[in-house]
Amino acid sequence: MAARPRALVVRSAGTNCDAETAFALESCGAQATILPAEPFLERPELLADYQLLAIPGGFSYGDDILAGKVFGLELAARAGEQIVKLVQRGGAAIGICNGFQILVQMGLLPGLEQPFGKPEVTLTDNDVHKYQDRWVRMRVTSDRCVWLAKGETLFAPAAHGEGKLIPRDEAVRRTLHEQGRVVLRYIGPNGEDDPPFPHCPNGAVDSIAGLTDRTGRILGLMPHPERHFLPWHHPTWTRDGLAEVPDGRKLFERGVNAVR
Amino acid sequence: MAPNPSPTSAFLRVEVATRSGLPDAHAKKLAAEIGRTLGHPVEVQLIRGYSVAFVGSPPGEEATAKLHAVLADPVLHQSQRLAADAPVPPPPAGWRRLDVVRRPGVMDPAAASVLRALEAVGFAPRSVRTYRAVLLRGAADEAQLQTVAQRCLANLLVEEVRLDPREAIAPFGELAPAPFRRVEVALRDADDATLVRLSKEGMLALDLAEMQAIQAHYRKEGRDPTDVELETLAQTWSEHCKHKTLTSAVELHGDGAPRRYENLLKETIFAATQQLNLPWCLSVFRDNAGVIEFDEQYAVTFKVETHNHPSALEPYGGAGTGLGGVLRDTLGTGLGAKPILSTDVFCVGPLDLEVEALPPGTLPPRRILQGIVAGVRDYGNRMGIPTANGAVFVHPDYRTNPLVFCGNVGLIPRDKIAKAAQKGDKVFVLGGRTGRDGIHGATFSSLSLDSSSSTVASGAVQIGNAIEEKKLLDAVLDARDRGWFTAITDCGAGGLSSAIGEMGEELGADVELSRVPLKYQGLTAGEIWISEAQERMVLAVKPEHAEELRARCKVHGVEATELGTFTGSGRLRLTFAGQPCADLSMEFLHHGLPKRTRRATVAPRAAAAATAGATEPLPRDLDCNRLLLQLLASPDITSKEEIVRQYDHEVLAGSAVKPMVGAGGFGPSDGCVIAPRLGSKKGFAVGCGMSPTTGAADPHAMALLSVDEAIRNVIAVGGRFDRLALLDNFAWPSVDDEATLGSIARCAEGCRDAALAYRTPFISGKDSLHNQTKTKDGVIRIPPTLLVSAIALLDDVTGAVTMDAKRADHHLLLVGETRAEFGGSRAHTLLGRAGGVVPRLDLPRAKALHEAVARALASRKVRSCHDLSEGGLAVAAAEMCLAGGLGAALHLGNVPRPAGLDDDATLLFSESAPRYLLEVAWDDLDAVTQLLSGVPHGVIGTLTERPVFTVSGLAPKPLLQIDVAKLTEAFRTGLDF
Repeated sequence: MAARPRALVVRSAGTNCDAETAFALESCGAQATILPAEPFLERPELLADYQLLAIPGGFSYGDDILAGKVFGLELAARAGEQIVKLVQRGGAAIGICNGFQILVQMGLLPGLEQPFGKPEVTLTDNDVHKYQDRWVRMRVTSDRCVWLAKGETLFAPAAHGEGKLIPRDEAVRRTLHEQGRVVLRYIGPNGEDDPPFPHCPNGAVDSIAGLTDRTGRILGLMPHPERHFLPWHHPTWTRDGLAEVPDGRKLFERGVNAVR
Repeated sequence: MAPNPSPTSAFLRVEVATRSGLPDAHAKKLAAEIGRTLGHPVEVQLIRGYSVAFVGSPPGEEATAKLHAVLADPVLHQSQRLAADAPVPPPPAGWRRLDVVRRPGVMDPAAASVLRALEAVGFAPRSVRTYRAVLLRGAADEAQLQTVAQRCLANLLVEEVRLDPREAIAPFGELAPAPFRRVEVALRDADDATLVRLSKEGMLALDLAEMQAIQAHYRKEGRDPTDVELETLAQTWSEHCKHKTLTSAVELHGDGAPRRYENLLKETIFAATQQLNLPWCLSVFRDNAGVIEFDEQYAVTFKVETHNHPSALEPYGGAGTGLGGVLRDTLGTGLGAKPILSTDVFCVGPLDLEVEALPPGTLPPRRILQGIVAGVRDYGNRMGIPTANGAVFVHPDYRTNPLVFCGNVGLIPRDKIAKAAQKGDKVFVLGGRTGRDGIHGATFSSLSLDSSSSTVASGAVQIGNAIEEKKLLDAVLDARDRGWFTAITDCGAGGLSSAIGEMGEELGADVELSRVPLKYQGLTAGEIWISEAQERMVLAVKPEHAEELRARCKVHGVEATELGTFTGSGRLRLTFAGQPCADLSMEFLHHGLPKRTRRATVAPRAAAAATAGATEPLPRDLDCNRLLLQLLASPDITSKEEIVRQYDHEVLAGSAVKPMVGAGGFGPSDGCVIAPRLGSKKGFAVGCGMSPTTGAADPHAMALLSVDEAIRNVIAVGGRFDRLALLDNFAWPSVDDEATLGSIARCAEGCRDAALAYRTPFISGKDSLHNQTKTKDGVIRIPPTLLVSAIALLDDVTGAVTMDAKRADHHLLLVGETRAEFGGSRAHTLLGRAGGVVPRLDLPRAKALHEAVARALASRKVRSCHDLSEGGLAVAAAEMCLAGGLGAALHLGNVPRPAGLDDDATLLFSESAPRYLLEVAWDDLDAVTQLLSGVPHGVIGTLTERPVFTVSGLAPKPLLQIDVAKLTEAFRTGLDF
């Protein structure tokens, strides 16, 4: 595919991480375009010209009703088919924070029973009932997703009020694990599974931080890899020095390479 | 009249609750809050309600599932559809139901999103009203329910609570447009008493001299003013817009030869900037924010605003709109700067003061702090602008009048700094619709609070809508880059009247008020003109681009409306549906305010120093361990983690030094560092300084101390001293008496003296007067408060330094002299001692010290650096240790000090300035010492692997020994709110 894949970064009213998400994709070799929701919803078929789709973080439409709900409904109604086609033809997509909430509300993630349109999990209020901006560690627990490599860890800031993932029921929960859809889980400072707050910032079921779809080409995650992209983003770089390849950069490089 | 709650078309309600067995964090938190208020546990369930009117009849039963899919989460919620005439579902036995609804006319930000979501799935909603229902079990009696309603559920200014409601909540109907009525105010023949009465009745906040000036003007014009003209004058001449107290002439008496300032701030603070004449200051005291050079292509803007009185009444809305306002200041600077960093400083009363201990009508400080933190959090986070620097101060005299300072830094291309509306440009308003919000906000903030404020001023409270402002921001920056407009300003205090009045000052403007898009009908021309509805900007649009602008705004979901033309006539002419309602001379509007001369007195300097100095030294048997732990847990020093973590302080990915640093991520950073252009290492640091405990004793010293602390906070993280700019914010009680006016004058002189000596110019500022409250027991006046904010450039953010101790065996170097200076110190506050010498700054020596420290940091040989401020050396060293998870062994023998000072406790806890603590490796000690030559400094100890903090005194014996874990625990006590 293209040497310099084209990435579409779609923003709605209230999206606020679009510039840094586009910067991350560009820095990893993609050619990124930021597009407001209106023209995208009017002509979702323009996605045919792209290999990557990113739904960045923010508060789409104020996160009124539920986080990601309004934009999720709009995307499901008007662009769901196009996004499914994008990954079918070898493209990839990522939803970060509010973007993850949007993909969950449109039912694209996890999309167990049908590709989209039927939400099977939700992302709701953190157990501590407040917005939290803090750095968290995650482990990649599946080899299903093109954006990630199993066994690696990812250190990045979580910044959300509604990140507690709850599956609809026990069957959904089991299937997520069995099919390797749970790709990222919060871990403790020494790699412990299922850590307490603050290491798991929201109380998510099974410490789930990220999911992938049936193709493994769509990633949704609550923490922000684009905020651990430059070496000085790291909260203790003045103690431990500047990393050559920050964790978040690895994730974007994998995603861009997957569509090259 | 506000909008009418009676519906105009059929409607239905959907009520959504969390399924049983699933967590509801909101309900849990509310139950805890109610339990705390009532003193016993309660149970709470929450219901979210949506009342929706449709075009035509509501969707049939077959569409119910789709309706639920929009308004509820299939995983979490159960929802219930209720017809318009269905009764309110009764709560289970033993429970009570309380409905919380917004009052008519109060912003309902979620309504627009619900409309949009319903449309997305094919419904045709007409209007939406959202509400909450609280189901409560465990209130003992009706009195407890009332307490819950008032203290935990609602702010009765903007919401009402309906106990055991029977009637369904209906969507708002539509009002008829208000008929236009031209009102002339009979002013020409009024006597003085009538003039005063007219001002008071109209809430104009104009004094007799001002009313007389207006009278004289209209006598000359040979007619009476219209109500709209009078309002326009009142808004434009308000303290809030014109700062007339501090722009009047002041004669200062009492400390030597009397001196006169024609314009106090202009001839002190601004004059210093002019005198320095630094080429990197690109726009100062002219625009909505100060502007300095950043790199070859960009400049940074900085502005700090206050929003005090609204925050006293409705802390959540007040603080949110405070932040929203300063963000629009950034957006209204030049042709529009992009906001990239927010700051917040709060001054509140002691958090354990309960409502019973406060004057009637006052919210308890704890609730005020909860509200303002939530307001800044929700507005800032939704805007996607990091809030990464701030402070909290607690003092009893802020109990009725909290201070809320919100600041913002913006980034702007250097070729977009200049602006000027041109004759023929179109007057456009962009953004939110206009309602009755905040009518008289500008004049309200110019009056003092009293117990009736909470009722009379309900119209002055605005509720913000951050998403509306985010859209506006995106649209304005887009249009800016396309070059479609020639000038822009924000609609702040005074609304359109101030914005258009200001932009058209040179040209004049014709404006048709009936074109202004309204939230609801029924507003009069005058109300439209002065409404302070949030999230609006006024632009002067090139006529040939008006169409494109409208179309492009639509893409961003922003309304853009042409209201008129900048004419060149020099007159402000307003019409409503073609009928004239004002025709004012811009010259009189902007220059007709009568100039006054006010006399001010200050205490002779020698006398001030003598009374301030008369205190005994600290007791010889002082328990230093105990005092240090108390200091670390005290409100001004303790960790603000609880607040900082609720703010998105890393969005935009520019964060290079965060507000909290160190091994555990809770060390209190002196300032934050941002690299705003992704991929570039060029950055800036922001910090602040404040010393409200010294202002009453010595306002001049307070100014020097505040400037110095702000500077230390940015130098300590690696900021350049020679690219450092300052902002002033004066928050004072009423300055109607000579002594208080004198105190603000001395403070302004202090700012000037520091700026000139350090060559650190002030680039913008703001004052807020009348911060006092009338109670039946007398007037509560806030301490005179100066906030100084600093911004300093860094050529390379990878050279930034943080305050956490880095490695065992590194040395700690104290820079700066310690003297016995306890005036206003935290040690004195905690020990209940009054008086004491206010720290004195020797400006030339202090300048040399800052330069030396900046040089040392630039050498990259300083591993950590911390400013000494509240709590002195003991607190600074303890904070470095707890942030780095290391111990330290200090010896006071090497502390630089004047001869004869031999008191250990003084060396530990005095708050002399300027001082810094530096961590340096053994190998680098010579090099760093060299860079500090000529400046008092001494190696006072080393860092240790063993996590214990020990200090030995001048007589070499143990003075203090505490485990770092205990220091950490004390520091992380946090504020209880």
